[in-house]
Amino acid sequence: MYKTPDGKEIFVVDGHVHFWDGSPENQRNIHGKQFIDCFYAYHTNLSPPEQRWEKSKFEKYSMDDLYQDLFIDGPDDVAIVQSTYLNDFYKNGFNTIERNATVAKRYPERFIVNGAFDPRDGEAALEYIHYQKETYDVQGMKLYTAEWHGDSKGYKLSDPWTYKCLELCEKLGIRNMHVHKGPTIIPLNMDGFDVRDVDYAATDFQGLNFIIEHCGLPRLDDFCWIATQETNVYGGLAVALPFIHARPRYFGEVIAELLFWIGPDKILFGSDYAIWTPKWLVEKFWNYQIPEDIAQERGVQLTDEIKEKILGLNAARLYNIDVAAKKARLAESPVTIAAE
Amino acid sequence: MQEGERNSPRLRDVWGRLDQVTDPELDEPITDMGFVETVAISDSNEVKVSFRLPTFWCSPNFAFLMAEGIRKEVGALPWVTGIEVRLHDHMCAEEMNEAVNTGRSFSDAFALLPELGDLDEVKEKFEGKAFQRRQESVLLGLREQGFTPEQVAAMTLGQLDLVTFDDPATARQQGRYRALLTARALAKAPDDHAFPALDGAPLTVASYPVRMEQLRAVRINMEFGGALCRGLKQSRYKEVVRVGEEPTLVDFLEDRVPPRPKPG
Repeated sequence: MYKTPDGKEIFVVDGHVHFWDGSPENQRNIHGKQFIDCFYAYHTNLSPPEQRWEKSKFEKYSMDDLYQDLFIDGPDDVAIVQSTYLNDFYKNGFNTIERNATVAKRYPERFIVNGAFDPRDGEAALEYIHYQKETYDVQGMKLYTAEWHGDSKGYKLSDPWTYKCLELCEKLGIRNMHVHKGPTIIPLNMDGFDVRDVDYAATDFQGLNFIIEHCGLPRLDDFCWIATQETNVYGGLAVALPFIHARPRYFGEVIAELLFWIGPDKILFGSDYAIWTPKWLVEKFWNYQIPEDIAQERGVQLTDEIKEKILGLNAARLYNIDVAAKKARLAESPVTIAAE
Repeated sequence: MQEGERNSPRLRDVWGRLDQVTDPELDEPITDMGFVETVAISDSNEVKVSFRLPTFWCSPNFAFLMAEGIRKEVGALPWVTGIEVRLHDHMCAEEMNEAVNTGRSFSDAFALLPELGDLDEVKEKFEGKAFQRRQESVLLGLREQGFTPEQVAAMTLGQLDLVTFDDPATARQQGRYRALLTARALAKAPDDHAFPALDGAPLTVASYPVRMEQLRAVRINMEFGGALCRGLKQSRYKEVVRVGEEPTLVDFLEDRVPPRPKPG
């Protein structure tokens, strides 16, 4: 719950958080080290100085850190914890569904655990989707299309096996596909994070929602074009939002483009914790206004009503969260660190 | 490189050529970005340039284009007898250095990574983006000065040359825009239209809003990458504390990587 300066309570769904283990002990190879180093660089570069963590905590933080940063110090009401395996880089995976499920088990009201699948696993991917539905009753999946897998350096949503997996998800009622399409890691040119494959899948799977994390940046125009055409394509603000501190005018341009093209109902807040923590992001976002010349040129405004949608109501709709009922239940169980 | 050599004319020559090499994705000189680490010139006029990119993962094709650019630009100096380019701390450093220094083609060196695509296509695509970004800077500069869409649509290259911008960044982009305009043969003579699109279509009053929208989208995308590396831009001396470790992206972002020596 975020309390605005004038006392209004805002319901916050953090659409993109991680509970990872990027520690040296878990790194399989140099790529595992470089991957978490790269995340750490994003963290140090875009966080306000007083929000920066020590490297060792960033590599591996505890369940208590996570809970504290999101719900006690931070304003989150509910957090969607995403699974990212990266088995080619990390011995036990980066943040597997098993690891994520441990926090959700301890704080069931607070977390929604999303699964993951890799279509390059073929039949095994289908089995794994079944397993995740039966074991964790997942409502969504995180798809990391640029993930390495043996000799493969990525896959597309339009690949035949991805289609089989998406068909199964639709059949099982796993509706929310969070697709990582964002700043490039490897390879930097078009393919790995190119957003155009979303267009095919979104057209062919009308029963699914595609939340494009990081709004396809640095391919914002391609993303906006697709999300404008397809009613079931959404934009996740993770990575875009932190610019609000380091380069506020640039953030203004990005959010103005999003509001102009895809509108206020299809943009979702996400902190990308632990790359960033939600407290400062939400505070700054609530107090932010698009610079006047940009707002005027684009004919958009970031009103309180729109901010409330972006911070929680849009995600609540996708995840069938009854906001009033959820607020009531959360009020009954005050935030505390549970005993180990 | 010795302290005393920093002001040598040959060294200044080399840095001058390196200023012409840009990061294709950001359209900024690699020297401004702090990518060039050392320049060494042997007694027999062989030049060795080493450079480093902000991440271990930076796209091999961009890295290759920069390495090739360094070779080409430095190689254009008449006194240079040989050149060696070294990329450090990159996932493909070994293959890259081998290929660039033996003149192998990119597709040959990276036959195992077909997803990297055709290098000429990548080059063309990003030169197009650079052109658009420079054009937007100039158009925004003109708007700032009170030029109307009507005036801009009617402007010739000769007339553009007479405009001076007080903002140094815009003034710089004006020259860079003009260079690409002529290099791509989109405008040459003084009475040629000053603001053709990439495909040569002239800017009209009717197309002005759409053009500005397209150019803005290009800039927003390009700035995203640039924003992450911009800590490097202050090219002034700084002590670097490095304990036997290669600099990482964080060091670049924190401006802890040694900048180029400043001639003069």
